[in-house]
Amino acid sequence: MTQTPHISVQHLNVHIGAQHILKDININIPDKKVTSIIGPSGCGKTTLLKSFNRLWDNTADVKITGKVLVDNEDIYAPNAEVTHIRKKMGLLSQRPYPLPMSIYDNVAYGPRIHGIRKKQVLDELVEEQLKATGLWNEVKDRLNASATRLSIGQQQRLCLARGLAVGPEIILGDESTSALDPVSTAIIEDLFISLKEKYSIVLVTHILRQARRVSDYIIFVYMGKIIEFGPTEEVLLNPKEELTKEYVKGYIS
Amino acid sequence: MKGRKLEELFFRVLMVLATILVAGSFFLIVGTVFFKGFHYMNLDMITKTPGGGFYIGKEGGVLNAIVGSFYVAGGATILGLLVSIPVAIFINLYMDGKRFLSNTIRMAFDVLFGIPSIVYGAFGFLIMVYFGIRASLLGGIIAVTLLVIPILVRTLDEVIRTVPFELRDAALSLGSTRWETAKVVLRQIRPGIFTAILLSFGRAIGDVASVLFTAGFSDNVPTSLHEPAATLPLAIFFQLGSPVEEVQGRGYASALILTIIVLIITILSDILIKKFSKHKI
Repeated sequence: MTQTPHISVQHLNVHIGAQHILKDININIPDKKVTSIIGPSGCGKTTLLKSFNRLWDNTADVKITGKVLVDNEDIYAPNAEVTHIRKKMGLLSQRPYPLPMSIYDNVAYGPRIHGIRKKQVLDELVEEQLKATGLWNEVKDRLNASATRLSIGQQQRLCLARGLAVGPEIILGDESTSALDPVSTAIIEDLFISLKEKYSIVLVTHILRQARRVSDYIIFVYMGKIIEFGPTEEVLLNPKEELTKEYVKGYIS
Repeated sequence: MKGRKLEELFFRVLMVLATILVAGSFFLIVGTVFFKGFHYMNLDMITKTPGGGFYIGKEGGVLNAIVGSFYVAGGATILGLLVSIPVAIFINLYMDGKRFLSNTIRMAFDVLFGIPSIVYGAFGFLIMVYFGIRASLLGGIIAVTLLVIPILVRTLDEVIRTVPFELRDAALSLGSTRWETAKVVLRQIRPGIFTAILLSFGRAIGDVASVLFTAGFSDNVPTSLHEPAATLPLAIFFQLGSPVEEVQGRGYASALILTIIVLIITILSDILIKKFSKHKI
């Protein structure tokens, strides 16, 4: 990996209550690639993902030490501005959670809070992002309908469009297809593949097939530690570590 | 096998009986108020204030009490909301790292919720004495506001806690500040706010003890905050205590008016809740 990393994690430790969830994590997330974090349930995948945009800030009993550099800026530095950091990253959660407003307003929400007021600019942004997520033709006639009227697959794409509308550099996906049917899953996976031209994408997934299909790199996490990190084919087909081998073969889960 | 069937039957009968008892008492109460009051119900009751000799059975109505009740309950609910929404938002969205403190505050409101309304009346009265306010609409609103704040806070707190964490995370991930996130949460709970308003208004309009010394009583519709104001529960109380049959009947008619008001508010809020829950996940 010669290119500069987009996210650089250095000696990251996360404690939740008395539990040591992440143990001395060091990793460089490559720029404009899809990186999947895999590992058994409860290993700390989601914790790691959420520490990238400081979503733990509002949870009680969480203690975080170490550095997470995004574009060489430590997001846990005392003077780091959290809304600015989060704006750089779009989050796609396990289930879609559309905001309680119309389809249009969901996409326009981010740009609006960041100061865009002109209707024409917003209109263009909304159309652009709905097209980017392949939703435009399905919803262009009912932009003012409630977002909750959409099917769950459409809602997930809307949430992606909503995230893209604030102009992030990174997309974080937390098992983003786990609530979706196979067709919607395939659409989202294809979107990830096409979006890596412009964005660095980090996905948490427990579906190895998905990791193999969409990602360029794989991070295998086990019991709060990074066991292996490398190009997808290498980690999945030719793992160096015994633990990775066992996980990939399905012996540990 | 027979034992199990018998057990099933026994509990089924028990449940049906309990349901009949509850539903029956509802109809009995409403029925009593209706039959005793309907005969004395007329347009004058709701369009006129007590005329001379109203309390010995001559002409007039209880418009003073109807308007007074709306002023007191409405004013208290609005003031209460202005205090309760910030409290509920604060303990849920701003104190998430301090669970002990927020739970202590919740417990404090639980205790306040259980305090009898006469205590709020007495406390409101003390505040009035301190500020030199006489028994008036303002005094009544202050006392009833104290009474409804715990109801509002508790209800809003419950409702906010039903909002999934992921929705907050979604708003935060887009770069929202806490307050912007709070606005999304408030939007999400809009139907719940209506429920809280309804509960608060219903409690406020029916409470006697809190307005007993604070709002006073007057045969006129109050035209300023400093004038004493009649309320329906007190009007019912005074009229039912009269030995004159005509006045007693009007007491039931006043009770009927109060019941109908509460009924209308319930139905109205039901409609509004449906209308505003279209974005519900």
